[in-house]
Amino acid sequence: MWLGNLPRSSSRRGTYLFLLVFLLGTVLPLGVASSPDSHGTDAPQDTKHEASNGHGHHGNESHTAVKKAFPVLNFEYESVRLPFEIALWILLASLMKLGFHLIPRLSSFVPESCLLIVVGLLVGGLIKIVGEKSPVLHSQIFFLYLLPPIILDAGYFLPIRPFSENIGTILVFAVIGTLWNSFFIGGLLYGVCQIGGKDLEKIGLLPNLLFGAIISAVDPVAVLAVFEEIHINELLHILVFGESLLNDAVTVVLYHLFEEYAGVGSVTFLDVPLGFICFFVVALGGVFVGLAYGLLAAFTSRFTTHTRVIEPLFAFLYSYMAYLSAEVFHLSGIMALIACGVVMRPYIEANISHKSHTTIKYFLKMWSSVSETLIFIFLGVSTVAGPHSWNWTFVICTLVFCLVARVLGVVGLTYIINKFRIVKLTTKDQFIIAYGGLRGAIAFSLGYLLPPDHFPMRDMFLTAIITVIFFTVFVQGMTIQPLVDLLAVKKKQETKRSINEEIHSQFLDHLLTGIEDVCGHYGHHHWKDKLNRFNKKYIKKCLIAGDRSKEPQLIAFYHKMEMKQAIELVETGGIAKIPSAVSTVSMQNIQPKQKVTERALPQLSKGKEEEIRKILRTNLQKTRQRLRSYNRHTLVADPYEDAWNQMLIRRQKVKQMEKRMNNYLTVPANHPDSPTMSRARLSSDPNAYIPKPKAGIPAITVDPASPQSPESLNLVDELSKRTEEEEEEGIVMKMHTPSTDEVFTSNNAEKEQRLMRCLSDPGPHPEGEEEEPFLP
Amino acid sequence: MGATGSAVSRVPGADEIQKETGFSSAHIYRLYDRFQVLDKDDNGVLSRRDLQSIGELAVNPLGDRIIDAFFPNGVETIDFRSFVRILAHFRPTEENRQREPNASEPLNSRNSKLKFAFQLYDQDKDGKISRAELLQVLRMMVGVEVTDEQLESIADRTIQEADLDGDGTISFEEFKKSLEKVNIEQKMSIRFLR
Repeated sequence: MWLGNLPRSSSRRGTYLFLLVFLLGTVLPLGVASSPDSHGTDAPQDTKHEASNGHGHHGNESHTAVKKAFPVLNFEYESVRLPFEIALWILLASLMKLGFHLIPRLSSFVPESCLLIVVGLLVGGLIKIVGEKSPVLHSQIFFLYLLPPIILDAGYFLPIRPFSENIGTILVFAVIGTLWNSFFIGGLLYGVCQIGGKDLEKIGLLPNLLFGAIISAVDPVAVLAVFEEIHINELLHILVFGESLLNDAVTVVLYHLFEEYAGVGSVTFLDVPLGFICFFVVALGGVFVGLAYGLLAAFTSRFTTHTRVIEPLFAFLYSYMAYLSAEVFHLSGIMALIACGVVMRPYIEANISHKSHTTIKYFLKMWSSVSETLIFIFLGVSTVAGPHSWNWTFVICTLVFCLVARVLGVVGLTYIINKFRIVKLTTKDQFIIAYGGLRGAIAFSLGYLLPPDHFPMRDMFLTAIITVIFFTVFVQGMTIQPLVDLLAVKKKQETKRSINEEIHSQFLDHLLTGIEDVCGHYGHHHWKDKLNRFNKKYIKKCLIAGDRSKEPQLIAFYHKMEMKQAIELVETGGIAKIPSAVSTVSMQNIQPKQKVTERALPQLSKGKEEEIRKILRTNLQKTRQRLRSYNRHTLVADPYEDAWNQMLIRRQKVKQMEKRMNNYLTVPANHPDSPTMSRARLSSDPNAYIPKPKAGIPAITVDPASPQSPESLNLVDELSKRTEEEEEEGIVMKMHTPSTDEVFTSNNAEKEQRLMRCLSDPGPHPEGEEEEPFLP
Repeated sequence: MGATGSAVSRVPGADEIQKETGFSSAHIYRLYDRFQVLDKDDNGVLSRRDLQSIGELAVNPLGDRIIDAFFPNGVETIDFRSFVRILAHFRPTEENRQREPNASEPLNSRNSKLKFAFQLYDQDKDGKISRAELLQVLRMMVGVEVTDEQLESIADRTIQEADLDGDGTISFEEFKKSLEKVNIEQKMSIRFLR
């Protein structure tokens, strides 16, 4: 369909042609390659010869026993067949993804999932034309290899705060909503089957209920794929998404229950309470398994200081093991995976190096993206290939009942839930929740798993499932974006949390906990507070290596912010932009961008610029303390260490003198700093280098720890003081001893080594505020 | 709750309280119960010591400030009415209130909630959060492991972010603005007090 959008310009046409050719070129060998060996050894080889593009191999084989010339070039496909096919499929999927984003207008109103399914259809069609047997999405592959990365990605990056605040609502939707859906759909379909026609009459109640259970579950993959593109507000996103994750337990129980008994033919009354108990076992068991593996992962990560390179592997392996272990016992693998990801994340992030953290993040995103793409493509392929048995009544009724059940379920449940919620769900919200109930590949795979001998109507089920999936993904997926805009639903806020919000949120948390205590009410905050305290006291000590366990959350947040800003600073190439960037980067409500470009930036002298650059470099490295031992070599004696230590000691002395002048805080003086604190202090150095603010700049330059009384920040004084101190500062900095200069310009590795050993000193004091200039 | 009718009538001034705060009679009864539990010497008023005897408040970093908030303007004791009035700030906000033209702002509106929180920061009641006050609160929340410089940088960054008129302090309007994205109605409400 995208071929119809051929534009005028020849370059784009060239791109399309290229894509088309490549598509054909990769698909044909793919389809051929996927075919089973039933053709015999000769035929595949011949077809592969024809269809392979650019391999350039000359077949030089002869099977006679005569001594032949030593084959210079050989063609032996069979031994690499399987990995080759898999790689080719993944390559195709990724190229498709690339292709979509090259087509400008398409990706804005068609969600990617739809495009991928269409591609799958095309590929399936092509394979069928070629005459080969196309690969079908085997349920094993789906459940064991394709689904876990997506779920782990979702679980690891699950936003905890909105999730836990809305957990009640999510559970109600997931459990009761899914139950309602499956029984409603199953029951009504049974009714339809009875009156339907003679081929439908054979379908009993249980298969219908089973079908209802399969089709009623909202699919996390589809929801993720669609909702990520519409940027809806956090609450709705977490409600629908959380529901899609947690309904897995219900689906598992119902599926196994009905599948078991559909074979037998009837369900006794005893089985109902058993099923009920089974639900709890499945759900809580899955969570428990995930919890156990998550804690194991966190504990392991505590010891990885010397083997940073394999840190991400632990995160992935433990999670995957959690999933598989849960599947062994028929517990909910998805819930295990989510629990594992959620539990291990805070501890792992505290323990591992920065680069491992990035690795985990990008690997997860990459794998889940590839999985998602493959799933949708395969869905398309399976549609073309799969056994179909179309029955108008059944399919249409299924579709209608699905929609009706969803709407009724959401409306009814919201009515009940709103009695317990503080912030009620409006009608708009309910509409979006109902509309966002997309079905996806999980339903298809579950249907595919049905044994054909027990379920002769399996083909019809599959057809109906695919129809529903197509309908929800295409129709609902494509129209949800315009609907969201039309209904003016609140969108996701793009800006990150400011430090104000962080501080005040914590403040309010404490306040609310206190008020709850005054009321004698054990509410949400009370338990959250208890959990936090328990966490801090016992768990963090075990699971987090070293001093990082004592780091309060606020400080950790502040570090992250500082780090981001420093990196941003360097990335914008803006050494000269420091005055503007530092003071405006974190201010969202001041008009930063225009001011930056209009302002005549102060011309710093070369020496000062050099100093600022050095300080920035050192600060960047110091804030990246997480990769403390990133270089694998052991520490060597450092010739520069003495100079560095001297400087630090000098600064410490100065700071102590300065401290005596600050008499408004009653906190005891110097503690041996944890590495994080010196890091944070050093990282606050950019603040100190807000030089020469011009008059009329709306930004404040605040002088941290200025000698004057901190109670009143007199802006005018600050400005004038800064200008004088700037000069002083300049002079001061130029007076570095040569050795400290070299210290600064030496390479990264040494600096980091040095830093490690100097961390017991409280770090350097932000320059320029002290009375005594910093003299050697 | 069959005895609600007679029980509520035991509560002094129940009707005015209901009108002022919007609590239902069941809630007022519950809160009165709690008031009596807290009132150790049974004289119908709460003193600071009564509130300080709540164990969890002692470990709460903001415990002292919260207790101070219950005793505005330096009074020594509070009666039930003032007790409930403070707690009314944490009642969940109703979405569509009928606003009488000359009615004062309800105690549990977003603005009132924010004002209450602001007062906890602003100890000297000058209508602004100064750097020192912010530092005090930070110090309370963060504990002793963190050094002063670090806290100071955080405080400075905070003021930088929020301060729009450049006076180096955070006024109530700026405070409100910095929290405009936070769902105060949910965050500062206790379900119990519905």
